[in-house]
Amino acid sequence: MSASVSTPAPALPLRPARRAPRRLVLGGIALTAALLVAGAYMPKWLTFLITMAASHGLVSLGIVLMMRGGVVSFGQGLVFALGAYAAALAYTRLGITDALGLALLGGAVATLGVAPFAPLLSRYRGIFFAMLTLALSMVVFGVLTKTEALGGSDGFNMGRVTVFGQKLADGHVGYVLYSVTVVVAAVLALLARVYFDSTRGLLTLAVRENELRVEYLGGSVRRAMAINFVLAAFAGGTGGALVVMSLGHIDPNFSYWTTSGEFVFVAILAGWQSVLAVFIASTVLEVVRSFSSLYFPNTWQLSLGLFLLFVIRFLPRGIGSLWIGRTGSARSAEKPR
Amino acid sequence: MNSPLLRAIGLEKRFGALVAASAITIDVRPGERVSLIGSNGAGKTTFVNMITGYLKPDAGRIELGGRDITPLSPRAITRLGVARSFQIPQLYPALTVLDNMLVATACQENRLSFWQTARRPDAVARADALLERFQLNEHRERLVAELPGGVRKLLDIAMALTGEPQLLLLDEPTSGVSAEEKFPMMEIVMTAVGAQPLTVLFVEHDMDIVERHADRVIAFYSGRIIADDTPQAALATDDVRRYVTGTLEAAAC
Repeated sequence: MSASVSTPAPALPLRPARRAPRRLVLGGIALTAALLVAGAYMPKWLTFLITMAASHGLVSLGIVLMMRGGVVSFGQGLVFALGAYAAALAYTRLGITDALGLALLGGAVATLGVAPFAPLLSRYRGIFFAMLTLALSMVVFGVLTKTEALGGSDGFNMGRVTVFGQKLADGHVGYVLYSVTVVVAAVLALLARVYFDSTRGLLTLAVRENELRVEYLGGSVRRAMAINFVLAAFAGGTGGALVVMSLGHIDPNFSYWTTSGEFVFVAILAGWQSVLAVFIASTVLEVVRSFSSLYFPNTWQLSLGLFLLFVIRFLPRGIGSLWIGRTGSARSAEKPR
Repeated sequence: MNSPLLRAIGLEKRFGALVAASAITIDVRPGERVSLIGSNGAGKTTFVNMITGYLKPDAGRIELGGRDITPLSPRAITRLGVARSFQIPQLYPALTVLDNMLVATACQENRLSFWQTARRPDAVARADALLERFQLNEHRERLVAELPGGVRKLLDIAMALTGEPQLLLLDEPTSGVSAEEKFPMMEIVMTAVGAQPLTVLFVEHDMDIVERHADRVIAFYSGRIIADDTPQAALATDDVRRYVTGTLEAAAC
């Protein structure tokens, strides 16, 4: 049929990426291997910076997962703290020292911790969702601050973890934790990409676009939102556990609203189209934070704010749009219209 | 005689002082093509919205295949085999036509995998088959935001059919489409719909289309039913000529 009604201006495309799974896996493995090799030659400050960026990036990845459905959590510090406290407590109270086990435990505890709230939160959108998640994280912050058994506002320390039963020597601990973090982040990033490209991932994009039609097609919007919230919790909890293993210290600030704000910052910086962009954005934040703290210790947030303004002005869909948009255009040009 | 697929019994709906539905009682039998006609505000879309669960009637009961669906949500009613299209197409403008179809397929088949790619071969084949029935293949990889209105209308209806419903409600399928394109478009829709056993209720303002495609007409006025008969008989009644088509006043002049 020919057009009878004027063609509207095109919307920003939400095309899901369609990379061949094998290419995706091989690319992910190659990048991870490259990072592992490069890590062996990096200065210690850089391996630590990337360890923090990858761990924090997992929390922001969870926010991106929710952003694809049209909501943003301002309280992701909650799952970050739950995962970190779970790992630290398992280490100090239960004697679990394996890094991978603690990372998975952190993710699992965060997931179980917030799962009861998922049905409630799935009913809310926009600022109400953001504020409810923020409220939950601040409640946990308050409880942690007042709980002396958990160290109160000072928190507590945890010792050095093991990897596959091996104790870590002083000279290698940084690199081994870097490697564990990079591998765990890579696996979760790959799973996130698979999820984004899956049927459920497509439904999440549909929810973002038009909830009413999803319901009229027989899909459950609330279930989709609840699942995304829970999956995001797992990623965030794992990130928290990885951070506490590297820092060796936990305190209630993990759940404070400014911590959550930084995760949102990274998610906005990355955009919701690319998984890789989340980790790049997280690294950018760590670099800006490190150098700004060094050179402008009292005004580093100013640098961060200016940087975010720049990104929102010139890359409104985030860093990921730099290459997702380009491949999308190339693909369109190849297809007959 | 077949038992009714859809029964609306004594439906009432008010919006403040406005009576949108009053004592609406309708039986629709399997396979019927029923056109709902009436001037704007007569209560046609309110009726469709009550059948599909978007609005709850103040009184009355709606049955589908003998089952009371009055209290059910739109999603639950959809899953029982009631599909609808919208006066303003409800699509995903930033997704491609194929991805819109895949969303519809996924929702209605309840095959929401965490792992399988959304473009798995069997889902794409099903979507393509429907796109072909609606002559939408050439638009397959285009973003919906780039499509003209008529094509959007067709896609809206095609998406409704992905779950192979037993009852399809079309809310003004030809509105916003130019006069010369209405008829070919409706031909495409009815041919596509005819490929599966389906009962169709469609809201329509063009009486030529009604006469051509309906085998029964239900006319609404001020929330009431003023005619329920074959197209020829219904369109010939004084009430329909006075309140719907306006031909009685024209003839009097």
